[in-house]
Amino acid sequence: MTVVEKILARATGRPSVKAGDVLEPKVDLAMSHENAALVINQFREIYQGTPLPPRIWDARRVAVIFDHRVPAESPKTASNQKKVREFIGAQGVGKFHDIRGDVGGICHQVLPENGYVRPGYVVVGTDSHTTSHGALGAFAFGIGATEMASVWALGTVLNVEVPPTIKVIVKGRFRKFVGAKDLILHIIGRISAQGANFKVLEFHGETIRRLPTSGRLVLCNMSVEAGATAGIVPADEETARYLREEAGVTDPLEPVLPDAGANYESVLEVNVSRLEPQIACPHTVDNVKPIGQVAGTRVNQIVIGSCTNGRLDDLAVAAKILKGRKVAPGTRMLIFPASAKIFRQALGKGYIGAFMQAGAVVMNSGCGPCLGIHQGALGDGETALSTTNRNFKGRMGNPQAAVYLCSPAVAAASALTGVITDPRKS
Amino acid sequence: MPNVVFKVGDDVSTDVIYPGRYMATVLPTETPQFAFADETAFNAKLKARQVPPGSVLVGGRNFGCGSSREQAVSCLKGHELIIVARSFARIFLQNAINLGLRMIVCPEIEAAEGDELELTAGAVVNKTTGRQFSVEPMPQSRQVIIDAGGLIPYTRKRLLAQAAA
Repeated sequence: MTVVEKILARATGRPSVKAGDVLEPKVDLAMSHENAALVINQFREIYQGTPLPPRIWDARRVAVIFDHRVPAESPKTASNQKKVREFIGAQGVGKFHDIRGDVGGICHQVLPENGYVRPGYVVVGTDSHTTSHGALGAFAFGIGATEMASVWALGTVLNVEVPPTIKVIVKGRFRKFVGAKDLILHIIGRISAQGANFKVLEFHGETIRRLPTSGRLVLCNMSVEAGATAGIVPADEETARYLREEAGVTDPLEPVLPDAGANYESVLEVNVSRLEPQIACPHTVDNVKPIGQVAGTRVNQIVIGSCTNGRLDDLAVAAKILKGRKVAPGTRMLIFPASAKIFRQALGKGYIGAFMQAGAVVMNSGCGPCLGIHQGALGDGETALSTTNRNFKGRMGNPQAAVYLCSPAVAAASALTGVITDPRKS
Repeated sequence: MPNVVFKVGDDVSTDVIYPGRYMATVLPTETPQFAFADETAFNAKLKARQVPPGSVLVGGRNFGCGSSREQAVSCLKGHELIIVARSFARIFLQNAINLGLRMIVCPEIEAAEGDELELTAGAVVNKTTGRQFSVEPMPQSRQVIIDAGGLIPYTRKRLLAQAAA
């Protein structure tokens, strides 16, 4: 069995399962953000006309993290957040991360850094980038609000079809200023935005074994941009190190590994030793080009942050490039750390000061400009270069603007020049 | 027989169907006004009620890719559109089943705006061009949710059965 097949067998109490089987797996962790407001409506609707009280099946297995619109941009959002706060308070949900400078942040960073996700877990989230948590060896996938309401009621996901798995084997050492973001952009460009639709990407190879959890989160986060149901890295020593040292987990871990004879739909091999920095060009994530083909493109706004690339090592590389230098005139630079914890760590290491001295604006942790709700909208005809995960038309709030996606190193180097710049040449 | 009122290409994202800046609006009674908000001509027609219920929107491959936002489904359902696409992105497809948005997976569909379509169980017939395109049947695991009227009644039934057991 593949890792996901094994996890699903365990979650359904079966000796084995195979791709195509229809199952009803138990959920270990069910995550929502502000869209819990809609989940609550649907949840109450399920109980309409029944004698049963609307009770979450197991409040310990539910997490709610406010990140999409923090602090609230409108009375409507503030009222939604208030409604969610009251509901989960009444239901006894403890894994709640409000808008705070101590425990707040983006859901896909808050979950791992608090040790909420463990290898072998079934994780569902009302956010497509829930695939991120495959980085810890969990089967994690995005669902809609109504499906989450059903999970809150039953504790299982109904009628899950076991997805086939593509084995991705990655070899070679990254060159300087090339990393996980370039790798996943390269893979998406190769297999297309629908190349893994309804499938799992299972990552293997020496390059993955050497990659820290922060980088694995990038790969799994963006697996959904190839259409994947989930991305997953089988748990190893690094997973254990991360959970023990960075997430403070002390109880036993039960890693789930694939069988030697696991049945893969296909195998994709990638060698990164000659990989160049990769750029996803407007308006699809699979429109990927090596940096040489787009270098020199004028950019009005640079964004570093998000659930994809707002972690401490991302900020470290940006700080190294920006320290003592200046963001080019006519270019705005916005930086938003993935969590309050990372923000404080970056503060301690002097990164935040270096960013501000360079002319960047550092914002609170949250989804920020990534999805065009508030903060950092683009003007008509403007171009952004961003470490986020999507460049769809209108994504940053303006359909008359364009978004390019890149790594933190490329974003920082480009901030200094105001044009897309190869960090190896700056 | 329904007409094609809007045609889009491949990889149409939920950001195009329902832009992120309207995500604070969640009620299915309120989301339809923002359907394809940035496709201003089509959005204006929808809001002016110039699109008859049961009209068809034709999509390419990977329709509804991107965000899991359910508003992208409820906004189309509010106008009682039928989506005929070459393929759908996974979360959008599941949300459509769960909310009862009618959609048809038709891998070869070719149709232009204005064409008249006949929708049968096994095929889509383009009456304007005279061509017929086969339809991918829905797997049983999804069909049972559609037949129950969506995931809410389906879950309610399961919950009551659980409580009775």
